[in-house]
Amino acid sequence: MKILVCLKQVPGKDAPVRIEANQRAIRDDVPYEINEPDLFALEAALRLKEAQVQGGSEPAGEPQSEIVALTVGPARASQALREALAKGADRAIHVEGAEAPQLDAYAVAEAITRAIAGESYDLILTGLQADDDGFGQTGVIVAELLGAPHATIIMEIVPVAGRARIRAKRELEGGRFQWVEMPTPAVLAIQSGIGKLRYATLMGIKQAKNKPLRQTTLEELGVRPSLNRQVIERLYVPAKRQGGELLTGTAAEQAAQLAARIRREIPR
Amino acid sequence: MILVVAETHASGEVNPASLEAIAAAQQLGTGAVCAALLGGDASAVAALTACPIERLYHGQHPSLATYSPDVWVQALVQIYEQAQPTLVLLAHTYQARDFAPQLATRLGGALISDVTGVKSPAIFIRPMYQGKLAAEVSFRPDIPGVVTVQIGAFNRASLRRDGAPAPVTMVNVTPDAPRIEAGEIFTEAKQAIDLSHAPVIVAVGRGIKDPKNLDMARQLAAAMGAELAASRPICDSGWLPMDRQVGSSGQTVAPKLYLAVGISGAIQHLVGMRGSRTVVAINKDPDAPIFEIADYGVVGDLFEVVPALIAALQASPGAPPD
Repeated sequence: MKILVCLKQVPGKDAPVRIEANQRAIRDDVPYEINEPDLFALEAALRLKEAQVQGGSEPAGEPQSEIVALTVGPARASQALREALAKGADRAIHVEGAEAPQLDAYAVAEAITRAIAGESYDLILTGLQADDDGFGQTGVIVAELLGAPHATIIMEIVPVAGRARIRAKRELEGGRFQWVEMPTPAVLAIQSGIGKLRYATLMGIKQAKNKPLRQTTLEELGVRPSLNRQVIERLYVPAKRQGGELLTGTAAEQAAQLAARIRREIPR
Repeated sequence: MILVVAETHASGEVNPASLEAIAAAQQLGTGAVCAALLGGDASAVAALTACPIERLYHGQHPSLATYSPDVWVQALVQIYEQAQPTLVLLAHTYQARDFAPQLATRLGGALISDVTGVKSPAIFIRPMYQGKLAAEVSFRPDIPGVVTVQIGAFNRASLRRDGAPAPVTMVNVTPDAPRIEAGEIFTEAKQAIDLSHAPVIVAVGRGIKDPKNLDMARQLAAAMGAELAASRPICDSGWLPMDRQVGSSGQTVAPKLYLAVGISGAIQHLVGMRGSRTVVAINKDPDAPIFEIADYGVVGDLFEVVPALIAALQASPGAPPD
């Protein structure tokens, strides 16, 4: 089974988010990391491959399972691909471009589909959404551009009939679930928390250096911000809702004030 | 005209979030609001035509008995072509997240997702960077626009219709056979804990850092006579069972008092608890979104504040001092 995993590099969870003077982007002098939901997509791909190799369910005469990590991002994003390779991806594709952070979900989906033109994947996995712009759309748009079926908020993946079909467990609201089945190629957006994320091993980090990383650019693919279908007019720090009371003082003083208010709300 | 795509629960009932979407469409103030319903029974039609809408487009086809993104998109494209709306609006539910990006792309347009407010009829406000920032977003001119609105962001209380129900236009849609076979909807082993009726809840989040710190949270819950709950990352890590999870993928709660410890307040968590009467938050990050909905907030180190709070509660078991 050949699996493409789409990853995005986003500002670190605790990184300060500061707005550029043009009010349309954030300053990029922050530490970056792989978008956590995308790590779960990578984890799902690695587990699928391991299950197929161990279970001997690699169809006879078929090429071996292969996991390809792809990112659309500026030069810094190659670090995300190195990490994915170290964790077990077989090769990587970097769609490089300084304008990448300005692209909307549609333009990123165009970049992804153009970058993989001529290749055929059985599965394309993405995280549920990026923790920076939170569109939650890129995977679904990739499916639409490829004419492939898709499903989102996926908890579990089971190949059916070799690699011709795929069964996936969707999470619905309120703790309900549903299995869906569709032909491959298919696009699945993976729910976060589907399993414990692995760390790269020392061996993996060593091997990653020799794994192929293909570079292409937004320019070569003809993708630029003018493809965007939505425009960020202004970014700002939202006003805090008024009315809440902040309790001040030392921890003990805060605790005493809080205890008094809790007792008022729920007297025994 | 704005077309609001309504969603029904498995029970057949119209999702209340779809009524909020109708309220959002009205708030845009750009004129007529119509609704679209795919499949659905007479009670759903009645609920929607009792809303202040101009017309209900009711899509009909046997495939509409079960949700599938392919079928939904094809049916909605047909209704779109007949109704010719200027904007499509729907609630940001799991189902909408599944098909709305496909619908927008099929129409040659875009989806602005998770909208919490409107600045003008053409500029929508949505959170970015996990709610740390807000963005004013517009569509590129001359393309079809689809908008999903965050659950709870628009108030449906003002939805009132005078006079007869809105007229219904039946649309016989003709989707292809679905590529995606959908199985039965099920729940995993029944929920052992029903948090929805708990009067007091102490909920913990990522900020507690280590499962061994759960003991401290349990002592706090005991001191308050509260049920212990958690945000998603805690249950994902297996530190607490899934049936203690509050949020869009867990339980929805509305206690008298909700004490959030080390929970930043991602929207997926807030939708599960913002019906609480009083919200108290303890978090080290003064910018955490949880403080926006908190009635009382403590910005500080929970590992100092919580033990002090347990001590203070145990020392004042009686009536409040004021």
